[in-house]
Amino acid sequence: MREQDNFVNRLDWGTVALYFMLVLLGWLNIFAVVYDVQRVDQSIFDLTLNSGRQLIWILTSVVLITIIMLIDFRFYDSFAYVIYAGVMLILLFVLIFGKEIAGSRSWFAIGGFRLQPSEFAKFATGLAVAKYLSTNNRVFETLRSQVILFGIIATPAILIILQGDTGTALVYSAFALVFYREGFSPLLLGLGVALVVLFMLTLFIPQVYLIVAVVVTAFLLIGINTKKTRRVITIAVAAVSIIGIVVSVDFFVSDVLKPHQQSRIKALINPDADPLGYGWNVTQSKIAIGSGGFWGKGFLQGTQTKFDFVPEQSTDFIFCTVGEEHGWIGSLLLIVLFVALLFKITTIAERQKSTFARVYGYSVAAILLFHFSINIGMTIGLFPVIGIPLPFFSYGGSSLWAFTVLLFILLKLDAHRSQLLNRAGLS
Amino acid sequence: MNKNSSRKYVIRLTIILVAAIFALKLFALQVLDIEYKVKATSNIIEREVRYPFRGLIYDRQGRLIVYNEPVYDLEVVPKDVKMEDTLAFCALFNITKEEFKDRLHKAKKYSYVKPSVFVKQLSNQSFATVQDYLINYPGFEIQPRPNRAYTRSTLANALGYIGEISKYQLQRDSASYYRQGDYIGINGLESMYEDELRGKRGVKYKMVNVRGVEKGSFKDGEWDTLSIPGNNLQATIDLDLQEYAETLMQGKRGSVVAIEPKTGEVLTFVSAPTYDPGNLSGREFSKNYGRLLTDTAKPLYNRPLMGAFPPGSIFKTVQGLIALQEGVITPDTRFVCDRNIIACHGPHSYTNLSEAIEVSCNPYFWNVYKRMLNKGASDNTFVDTEIGLEEWRKHVLSFGFGATLGIDLPNEKSGYIPTVSLYDRIYGDNHWKFSTIYSNAIGQGELQIVPLQMANLAAIIANRGYYYTPHLIKSIGDEGKPLEKYREKHYTTVEAKYFEPIVEGMANVVKRGTGMRAKLQDIEVCGKTGTVQNSQGEDHSVFIAFAPKDNPQIAVAVYVENAGQGARAGAGVAGLMIEKYLQGCTDRTNIQDYILKGDFIY
Repeated sequence: MREQDNFVNRLDWGTVALYFMLVLLGWLNIFAVVYDVQRVDQSIFDLTLNSGRQLIWILTSVVLITIIMLIDFRFYDSFAYVIYAGVMLILLFVLIFGKEIAGSRSWFAIGGFRLQPSEFAKFATGLAVAKYLSTNNRVFETLRSQVILFGIIATPAILIILQGDTGTALVYSAFALVFYREGFSPLLLGLGVALVVLFMLTLFIPQVYLIVAVVVTAFLLIGINTKKTRRVITIAVAAVSIIGIVVSVDFFVSDVLKPHQQSRIKALINPDADPLGYGWNVTQSKIAIGSGGFWGKGFLQGTQTKFDFVPEQSTDFIFCTVGEEHGWIGSLLLIVLFVALLFKITTIAERQKSTFARVYGYSVAAILLFHFSINIGMTIGLFPVIGIPLPFFSYGGSSLWAFTVLLFILLKLDAHRSQLLNRAGLS
Repeated sequence: MNKNSSRKYVIRLTIILVAAIFALKLFALQVLDIEYKVKATSNIIEREVRYPFRGLIYDRQGRLIVYNEPVYDLEVVPKDVKMEDTLAFCALFNITKEEFKDRLHKAKKYSYVKPSVFVKQLSNQSFATVQDYLINYPGFEIQPRPNRAYTRSTLANALGYIGEISKYQLQRDSASYYRQGDYIGINGLESMYEDELRGKRGVKYKMVNVRGVEKGSFKDGEWDTLSIPGNNLQATIDLDLQEYAETLMQGKRGSVVAIEPKTGEVLTFVSAPTYDPGNLSGREFSKNYGRLLTDTAKPLYNRPLMGAFPPGSIFKTVQGLIALQEGVITPDTRFVCDRNIIACHGPHSYTNLSEAIEVSCNPYFWNVYKRMLNKGASDNTFVDTEIGLEEWRKHVLSFGFGATLGIDLPNEKSGYIPTVSLYDRIYGDNHWKFSTIYSNAIGQGELQIVPLQMANLAAIIANRGYYYTPHLIKSIGDEGKPLEKYREKHYTTVEAKYFEPIVEGMANVVKRGTGMRAKLQDIEVCGKTGTVQNSQGEDHSVFIAFAPKDNPQIAVAVYVENAGQGARAGAGVAGLMIEKYLQGCTDRTNIQDYILKGDFIY
């Protein structure tokens, strides 16, 4: 009895509140999407509507939360690899027996019920990464452990790419943030960021200009550093590699990427070039959000999302409904909620005494931040269209369950943080 | 403690940075840029034009002449087409599979997202059968088009027709009422009363989803306007008489205009040969229009208004009237029928004015005209003639000649009454005198008169000196008052008392002279024949008439090209028309047969 009270007191209720606020706001916005102005008798509880079904996902999520809270906190640490291996097997399984929906073979369909296992691979990978980092000291110093760590996040990513769902696979790049926090060289991360910037530049600026700019810069730098032979060589090598990357990006975009991926990148660069074709999603999404104005059109008053101008509105483009019906104020509120949640999670992560819980906490933060950035970024035209949901907000059972599990395992670990330290200290 | 714990600040900074970028970008998108609001509105709002019903046209007895019978075009929006059973569709619209493919291809070439006509002008009947099936064929939609229909195949030249507005008309439409593809009155009453007939377009703003499916009215219809139907027109035409006149004029080239003298209302307006007004309405428009345009008999040429001819002997009535008013003769003035001065068809010895009208004596009016032109105002005979011509011309113009009368139809010609300057141009100043221009005396020479003006002349004589502007529309709207502009009496310069001898003469023309084919048992008809010399072929037959002599109800002018003397076709047609109008039918079937047999188009 006393233990029970302690647990209730130790649970981070602020985070729980943020979670439920996001889930409920998401639910209301899903109803706004399906709401038909011409029908007055529509209910948010109607099970034929997405909003009614989302309510079922929300209620079952509560069941999931209860289960997570009841399971012993040591389970997640002890069985991290088992859980990871199990989910990887399921991913492999879905690749063979899964149902193909909208071009990706990433679903299990049992009757009318569909489940996307790749959603659950995120928390499993988080657990595995946490486990590996907590049981191996100086992990970033040996090549072998680096390869293993990379393998842990690459395995689900590759399996998911094979399923044809590149968007979800990209999420695993978010673990870079976790590694950074755990001491991975910022230089390498910086190099990664620089590559991304270069990649973007090649998309926006004609190849020839870039090459000329690189050559000119290289000669200027060499001119300044003529006396330092080593630096001249470094500059020359760097210049040649940059030019190599610039040329290969063009090759990559036009020859390696699939046509739909190419067009998503083209849409990002210039959606107006083909507003009815590849630019449609971005164009319509921006129109919906942009038409919301400062205060928004009001709950259920949106027209763009309601009349199907924005595709995938309940799921990936749910933010359009927020932007249209609740304006800049509503969008800002949502952003603030997410920032608050992310801060909460990083705070929780930082206060963990065990490496396992801390790493897992940062995994949760990194995954949520990635989803949040990419999802909203794509709806307002800052990122290419990558079909990943807005956590807790978008319609969909698999994603809501997966994010719930992801978050509440952390909260469970957090509630037992003093005990975890003991355990780590003992072993 | 963890050696990398300071990195949490970098991570938090990253979070803040992302949030800040989003907030700023959203602010730019939602608050600063208004373009998206405009685009959102244009996304969901579809402007549906509600076309008003065009006004109807009734005849003087309230019988319907022109009404609306919308035809339906089947339109296709290629991007929405989802065809499952092409064969059933083809069967429904009675087209072959090849035609289907061909038309869809053409539509795609025009536009993938804009509607284009797939099947033109379904009849009312096929529209009804097709309507229920259309729900199965997304991308296809029925579009009503305005279309005129006619209760009887008559009056085409006066009614005119409607058609798609031309580029030129669109440019001239300063009020920007019309749009590309709108229908507009192109000729006749349809064009003259376009502003009345067209009504007012309404607009409905409706919300549509991305597939164009209607999702209710925009802002609860706050901006919507109803269409206001066009005004109905009450015509002055007597449909029965019109139809009868057209029957009589079959196989002839010319015109018949009948006017109610007391009001100026046009009872009949025939341009022969004519055409079926239904030909220039609906699906066969362009085909028929081309055919009518190239027809050598020129059915589209509006003869009562556009043909200008020398009037011939009917003009002698005008000469007599002016001479009386000028005082150069009295009703009792007699002249010898001297065929040395001008040819004449019979020796009439020594007639007075009435008798001269009756027998149409050329030398008599030669003398009358000479007295009018040479009144001795100047010793110089050239100058004297000029003064005489000027004065004479003023009188002539007061009869509505030499200028458009202002009938409510387009393309009215003015005709021509010769001026001093004309003759100065032809012959040189002081190089012409009465003997140069005497042909005018008997309605030949340089005189040009439009058939409508001839009918108006008949009305003037019937009224003994005045006329109302001839018109085809009495009133506008269902309870419209008579149009004010047609209530103004136009007096000639000749006083009423001078008309009697002329009327007397005209009565005798019909009673025992050249107009006997117009003679009726119980009604005293007054008429005057004319035979217009024609260098190109057979003479034109002209006849003006009114009846009854006292309290006239109808004035009529008949002009039949190449039909010989006015006594024949002209008088026959006029007589039958008067009889039909005043008595309802004719028992003079011999005359009717004679006229119907007459074929003067060659």
